[in-house]
Amino acid sequence: MFDFISFIPRAVVQGIPLLLGSTGETLTEKSGNLNLGIPGIMYVGGISGVIGSFFYEQSVETVQPFAAIAIPLACCILGSLLMGLLYCFLTVTLRANQNVTGLALTTFGVGFGNFFGGSLIKLSGSSLPSVILSATSNCFRRSLPAAEKLGAFGKLFLSYGFLAYVAVIIALVSAWVINRTRVGLHLRAVGENPNTADAAGINVSRYKYVATCTGAVIAGLGGLYYVMDYASGVWTNDAFGDRGWLAIALVIFTVWRPNVGVLASFLFGGLYIVHMYIPSGMNLAVKELYKMAPYVVTTIVLVLTSMRNKRENQPPASLGLPYFREER
Amino acid sequence: MNSKTRTPLFHVSKRGLMPWYKTWAIRGLGLLLAVIACGLITTLVTGQNPLQVYAAIFNGSFGSPRKIWVLLQNIAMLLCVSLAVTPAFRMRCWNLGGEGQALIGGLAAAACMILLPGRLPNWAVIACMCVASLAAGALWAAIPAIFKAKWNTNETLFTLMMNYVATQLVAFYCVVWESPKGSGTIGVINSKTEIGWFPQIGSYKYLLNILIVAAVCILMYVYLNYSKHGYEIAVVGESERTARYVGIKVERVIVRTMLLSGALCGLAGLLLVGSTNHTLTTTIVDGRGFTAVMVSWLAKFNPIWMILTSFLLVFLGRGAGEIATKFGLNRSFGDILTGVILFFIIGSEFFINYQIHFRKSGEREGKGSV
Repeated sequence: MFDFISFIPRAVVQGIPLLLGSTGETLTEKSGNLNLGIPGIMYVGGISGVIGSFFYEQSVETVQPFAAIAIPLACCILGSLLMGLLYCFLTVTLRANQNVTGLALTTFGVGFGNFFGGSLIKLSGSSLPSVILSATSNCFRRSLPAAEKLGAFGKLFLSYGFLAYVAVIIALVSAWVINRTRVGLHLRAVGENPNTADAAGINVSRYKYVATCTGAVIAGLGGLYYVMDYASGVWTNDAFGDRGWLAIALVIFTVWRPNVGVLASFLFGGLYIVHMYIPSGMNLAVKELYKMAPYVVTTIVLVLTSMRNKRENQPPASLGLPYFREER
Repeated sequence: MNSKTRTPLFHVSKRGLMPWYKTWAIRGLGLLLAVIACGLITTLVTGQNPLQVYAAIFNGSFGSPRKIWVLLQNIAMLLCVSLAVTPAFRMRCWNLGGEGQALIGGLAAAACMILLPGRLPNWAVIACMCVASLAAGALWAAIPAIFKAKWNTNETLFTLMMNYVATQLVAFYCVVWESPKGSGTIGVINSKTEIGWFPQIGSYKYLLNILIVAAVCILMYVYLNYSKHGYEIAVVGESERTARYVGIKVERVIVRTMLLSGALCGLAGLLLVGSTNHTLTTTIVDGRGFTAVMVSWLAKFNPIWMILTSFLLVFLGRGAGEIATKFGLNRSFGDILTGVILFFIIGSEFFINYQIHFRKSGEREGKGSV
């Protein structure tokens, strides 16, 4: 029998980084910026947090829970914010091609993560190829004390670290902001047709900057969650893998709706690890095919939404196009 | 009413056409700044003399005849993928699937090398490899293209997803065909019989690849600039409505161009498997599908300039690798430097396309400056 009680929490913790990444990317794309740098930004977010907590753990004897959470969090936000600003400066102010800038950002971010990860490994002088920050991680992973007493219910709903709940709240709030507030209306206008938005008196550049930078910070938190919670504070180079691209896939899968993303990310998390749960006997090769599932499913959704051609399910109309006021 | 008019500090306007030497001067300046910035970063991180760092970068590509051959081979492979994605880009169709298309081409070539020996003679195996790789690459590009043409499915995201489907498919076959058993990798295929290995010209292992890609480069230049197809691609890229108005069948152009794009990516995979590595791994394309996007864009989609831009990126990549080994840094340092250089070059494009007018001091409304 398929063991749902152990499968679902693992799918959820797999899904949370994807949820944060895709919420960030949705906000970004709603402003018309197709930020393909998200994978890089998530790396930078993760490693910034690791750097912060590494030096904090080195400098003190006993770790204060508050500082142990606040320092990596602040470092992570700062690191990913800088990446977001860089992307905005190049694409919004200098109007560079978004695909090229995003890919360059990913190259840079992944390199940044692996380089400083490698340097920290050297500094810590450990024999393993990883940095281990278990004290910090314990603060991040602390769940409600009631979780263990409540049996299956506790395991399914209460067993996660605080960032997981923050991720869900961020997704729901983003969905509310995008669809139900004036700011969200303006943001969507900027993404759909910046000329019209500009004519209506909306500051297009400011909206693009704020949305993209906020998106970058949220995505960066995904990287932090991955290291501190999912990986128990162990940073290994390249361990984060292709989750950043999966987050971008998730944006399409949820047709640009962060609230749908909450459940969809858990589904993706499940698809990502389902190969460990399906009994394939000795045939290891089949597992590789199961890993294809999230991408195939995304492709199918992409095709179906474009075939049905419902207006509310389309990508923002000006996605990927730079805006220059004097060019009409 | 507030009658004061405020002149902003500066305003940006589009520039007209610039002579080519000026645009390249700006790019050169951007590159120079990038190199200085990279030197500074490396000095800060390692505490080495920047001149030594530059010498190491140069040494990484030109240090020995072998290094020069590797450099040329890497340029050829990157150029091949870049040439492949360019026709699609000219059409404003963002084919980010070069990685997957090349990988699937490599998979097809490896399949022929593994399954056909014993049934066919060597020359027939090689012929099958060529056909299979090009067809596989073309197929991988055709799927997004057909959906793009028929239902306007977003090709950027579709091709991106196809990359990972291809990667997993290769991972699957890497386990199926693994040798020795249990290693999870294929190893060198036909290492004894050398069936399906491309012939070597003289003692130069990489010369064949380089010559093939050089030929493709020239053909692509002619195709894009002097053929009817190339013209149609340009029109569709500039304005789809105009293309429809003048009677170009846009759907057909999209599918045809993507088929070409995919087939050339398949060629890159074929060369990587058949001629260079004689094996298949999931990372054999080595991110070239993504780097190619930058190569092609930096050269403004011009095949001849692409030789220069792909040289630049490969040179920097290898140089950065050399710095990493020489000064005991980890190899990812190269990615950081490549990223920094790209940011500078991307930024310098702004000064080619736009110009900034600063507010003249004391300028007033109505006085009118010409």
